[in-house]
Amino acid sequence: MTDTATADAVPGRAGHGETSATGISNEKLGMWVFLASDCLLFGGLISTYLLLRHRSVQGLGPEDVFDIPFTSVSSFVLLMSSLTMALAVASIARGDVRRNRAWLATTAMLGAVFIGGQVYEFTTFYREGLGYTTNIFGSAFYTLTGFHGVHVSVGIVMLMSLLVMSLRGNLGPDRAESVEIVGLYWHFVDIVWIVIFTVVYLIP
Amino acid sequence: MTTTMEGPDVDHVETADHVEHPSDLKYVKIALFLVALTALEVATYFWEDIFGSAPSTGALVAVLFPMMVIKFGTVILYFMHLRYDNPLFKRVFLFGLVLAVIVFLVALTAFEFWDDQYLKFLRRD
Repeated sequence: MTDTATADAVPGRAGHGETSATGISNEKLGMWVFLASDCLLFGGLISTYLLLRHRSVQGLGPEDVFDIPFTSVSSFVLLMSSLTMALAVASIARGDVRRNRAWLATTAMLGAVFIGGQVYEFTTFYREGLGYTTNIFGSAFYTLTGFHGVHVSVGIVMLMSLLVMSLRGNLGPDRAESVEIVGLYWHFVDIVWIVIFTVVYLIP
Repeated sequence: MTTTMEGPDVDHVETADHVEHPSDLKYVKIALFLVALTALEVATYFWEDIFGSAPSTGALVAVLFPMMVIKFGTVILYFMHLRYDNPLFKRVFLFGLVLAVIVFLVALTAFEFWDDQYLKFLRRD
């Protein structure tokens, strides 16, 4: 059993059995604060897209390029990655390191599939005549979805880092919180896509 | 020391931090629920094929927005554990989210995003 009230406890720092002034993990709180700030980023990008999408005077518009069935498959893939991430967090919390590795790898792979879908979509749009500077709709669309794609890519890097740590034996049940924090980021990326898919793709 | 209670019928698992989290089975059920909602959302793309006429933007918004909000809330509450964790996390995230929505709505209003028909109740004529 871990004694949380020890002489080595660092005031203001929790997690891994240590105490903090708030009684909760500073790392986890820091991630939640970051996610709250990221809401403002994506809120600005989404509102800018909504304002600009039908204000192009030339070039292609959303109705000309969007492939809803294809994007629906991408959405499903990202949704499933959220499930596998939740399973990864649950498995490390109960000490199942092998299953944790499998779920982390699966989540990263699904994220990579999603990014592949985004790259395919972007290149298809470009070939059809919608570039970043073609018109204002193109600029707004690529900026919004590009920022989301970058967030997903960063998430994949974090997942791979966790996987490498686990393979080296440095990610045991005592570090379950690290997996949970990465999980929070990954789920946030998914909920942003839930909004983007509805607002950008489904509502004309 | 990790204390766990797990079995096929147990909905929650108690972990080392003594916070209850959903079991794997419950996560799968939640995911299936989200998939079903997503399928319904995608089905609106085929609205014209089903009902014979194209949907109005208002109708689409009325159908899609609640589903989007439910999916959003479900992932936050269950996958992100906000339902089971310290209330401070909920307050921090909600503060950012509400602030973003307010700023988002103010920006749209400032740039005359809304169609006149939504604002005619504000006009005197």
